[in-house]
Amino acid sequence: MNIVVCVKQVPDTTEIKIDPIKKTLIRQGVPSIMNPFDKNALEEAIQLKEQYSGSVTVISMGPEQAKATLREALSMGADKAYLVTDRAFGGSDTYATSYILSKVIEKLGPFDVILGGKQAIDGDTGQTAPSIAEHLGIARLTHIRSMKIDGNKCVVEREIEEGIEIVEAKLPILCTATKETNKPRYATIKGKIDSLKADIENITLADLPNMDITKIGLKGSPTRVKSTFIPERKSSCEMLEIVNPRETAKVLFGKLAEAKIL
Amino acid sequence: MSLLYTEEQKALIALVKDMAENEIKPYVQELDEKGECPGELFKWAFDMGLHMLEIPEEFGGTGLSYETTAMIFEELAKVDAGYAITFVTTFVALRNVILSGTPEQGKYFADIIGKGNFAAFALTEPNAGSDPAALRGTAVKDGDDYILNATKTFITNGEIAALFVGFFKTDVKAGHKGISAFIIDADAPGITIGQHENKMGLRLSNTTDVTFENVRVPASSMVGAEGSGFKLALNALNLSRAFVATLAVGIMQRALDESVKYAKERKQFGKPIIKFQMVQQMLADMAIKTEASRVLVNNTMRMMDNGSLVRKEGSITKTFVSDCAQEVTSNAVQIFGGYGYSKEYPVEKLMRDCKVFQIFEGANQIQRMTIANELDREYK
Ligand SMILES: Cc1cc2nc3c(=O)[nH]c(=O)nc-3n(C[C@H](O)[C@H](O)[C@H](O)COP(=O)(O)OP(=O)(O)OC[C@H]3O[C@@H](n4cnc5c(N)ncnc54)[C@H](O)[C@@H]3O)c2cc1C
Ligand SMILES: Cc1cc2nc3c(=O)[nH]c(=O)nc-3n(C[C@H](O)[C@H](O)[C@H](O)COP(=O)(O)OP(=O)(O)OC[C@H]3O[C@@H](n4cnc5c(N)ncnc54)[C@H](O)[C@@H]3O)c2cc1C
Repeated sequence: MNIVVCVKQVPDTTEIKIDPIKKTLIRQGVPSIMNPFDKNALEEAIQLKEQYSGSVTVISMGPEQAKATLREALSMGADKAYLVTDRAFGGSDTYATSYILSKVIEKLGPFDVILGGKQAIDGDTGQTAPSIAEHLGIARLTHIRSMKIDGNKCVVEREIEEGIEIVEAKLPILCTATKETNKPRYATIKGKIDSLKADIENITLADLPNMDITKIGLKGSPTRVKSTFIPERKSSCEMLEIVNPRETAKVLFGKLAEAKIL
Repeated sequence: MSLLYTEEQKALIALVKDMAENEIKPYVQELDEKGECPGELFKWAFDMGLHMLEIPEEFGGTGLSYETTAMIFEELAKVDAGYAITFVTTFVALRNVILSGTPEQGKYFADIIGKGNFAAFALTEPNAGSDPAALRGTAVKDGDDYILNATKTFITNGEIAALFVGFFKTDVKAGHKGISAFIIDADAPGITIGQHENKMGLRLSNTTDVTFENVRVPASSMVGAEGSGFKLALNALNLSRAFVATLAVGIMQRALDESVKYAKERKQFGKPIIKFQMVQQMLADMAIKTEASRVLVNNTMRMMDNGSLVRKEGSITKTFVSDCAQEVTSNAVQIFGGYGYSKEYPVEKLMRDCKVFQIFEGANQIQRMTIANELDREYK
């Protein structure tokens, strides 16, 4: 079974600073990590490989330093890693990013399973992975809890608001992982050492000849960020004095209903 | 952190720190109370391959340098030195076999450890501690076998080891020249494991008596030549001393980390206690001793990586570092005041954990004798 995992390098902070002019994230000076949900995706991929054999490829689009994230993926047990990087890809929004990644997947494939995170903790859109499935014209199942392969089908448990949904789908499939999917393993010492020495190939525009270049980079991105701001946190607290617990509970119930919480 | 770390060392330290802080640290206080460490907690380290660090590559191990291995164990010891010593002791036993055994013995040993097992080093007896030449355990030749009899005491990993390297007299009249070393499977008939020692510190580390009663081992399990056991043990222990010292450095660093954090938070007389000169002096001295200890350990490790037997340097390192650790951890308790004396806070444990470093792997008095003997020899 051939599995590909899309991993994104993200800044290790929830306090993201935004460039006031470019309206994009300031990445300088912030330590970078593998997007946590992508670690879950990778763990799922490695478990699938352990169970059904095969190989795990990881891809990441980003600048040269994103190789650190790819090395981390290798240290956990991925077999191959590619950095997708080209000046022409800069400024890509989720549409362009997912288009480029879909072309990379076509080039490296065929794959039976494509995994990604439910969202990136910086961009937070949750659009990229599902959009890849759209570009490839294959099925996608997001927020998976577990995954089993049965011939050319898979059975997936999904987290939905009302509970858990069990879905069967044909391969190839794209799935996104969450914190609940699994607990990512630690790298081994040997894996860590080997990963630091591993060669990571770059995939550039030149390697992707059948790419429609009107769909990539800033120009190919339909999204324009008009403004980005950190919303002000507003919270108010009202203390209810308890005279008679039953009565106070009724008052509380009324307040919650009024606030449309109940 | 005072050393010039390579990128690889930094990455390995970060990896071990991440695991130890998330998977081990939350349980340490409770396990220290109970005086045990369950197998599931060791599984994290096995999965990571911490039992393979020092196993040579030809036997399927990582074959890491002593220097880098020590850095990894220091990191583990910051979270719990008892947890760390369980692996360090496995390597003490292994070192005897790798340095003095045959390649077959090395492979046999490495294969069993590689599956996720511990080993133990069984030298000390009730009446032979500082003076191991006085040990009474015997190995008597019987055809192609030896029959072993002994009571070994204070054996780290006694209950959890899959393999022992044990020391017995093949010639009871020959003093230390009558001692031979053997590799013994822990499930060999005739081995009885005693009660787990209820210790002052290092309580996650397993320590027991091990009794050998007519335990039959093939002659091929003898490590080195007959009668070479004492020399072999001392050679292996020389290389092991800086390793216990690295654990003491981990304990000291933890004591310093906790103390600085606390001294910045704790307010008396209207200001954080770190603003008082006498507290500053304690902190500064703690930092001085910790840094100096780490650099000393590192230098000894690098000498070992270059093939030095570190007869004197191993003793100097272990003695200096373990003596420093007493003061550093005691001052950590001092800085925490009454809270430091409480088991609710982490520093009293550090003080308990570090005492034994002046005792085992040769008491510091014995180390000083060794250092003086080496000096005597050098200046001849
Ligand atoms: C170098 C760089 C420059 C950028 N410049 C711009 C810009 O100028 N304008 C703009 O609007 N946006 C820009 N972006 C942001 C970019 O559009 C988004 O980061 C990207 O589309 C992912 O969106 P998201 O962060 O919301 O991820 P989500 O859609 O939330 O991510 C979901 C999952 O998709 C996968 N994934 C997402 N991104 C990648 C990736 N890069 N490689 C591999 N897998 C991935 C992961 O599995 C991830 O968990 C830039 C990003 C990078 C890395
Ligand atoms: C937690 C723990 C784990 C251990 N693990 C192991 C293990 O895995 N394998 C193993 O074989 N052993 C192990 N030991 C045993 C340890 O090596 C011995 O305790 C140590 O060598 C000291 O021996 P002793 O306890 O018999 O003390 P003794 O030899 O009785 O010494 C008592 C005191 O007298 C001093 N003294 C003795 N002789 C002299 C002298 N000539 N001059 C000056 N002072 C002297 C000592 O320094 C010490 O202060 C362990 C011990 C402990 C506490």
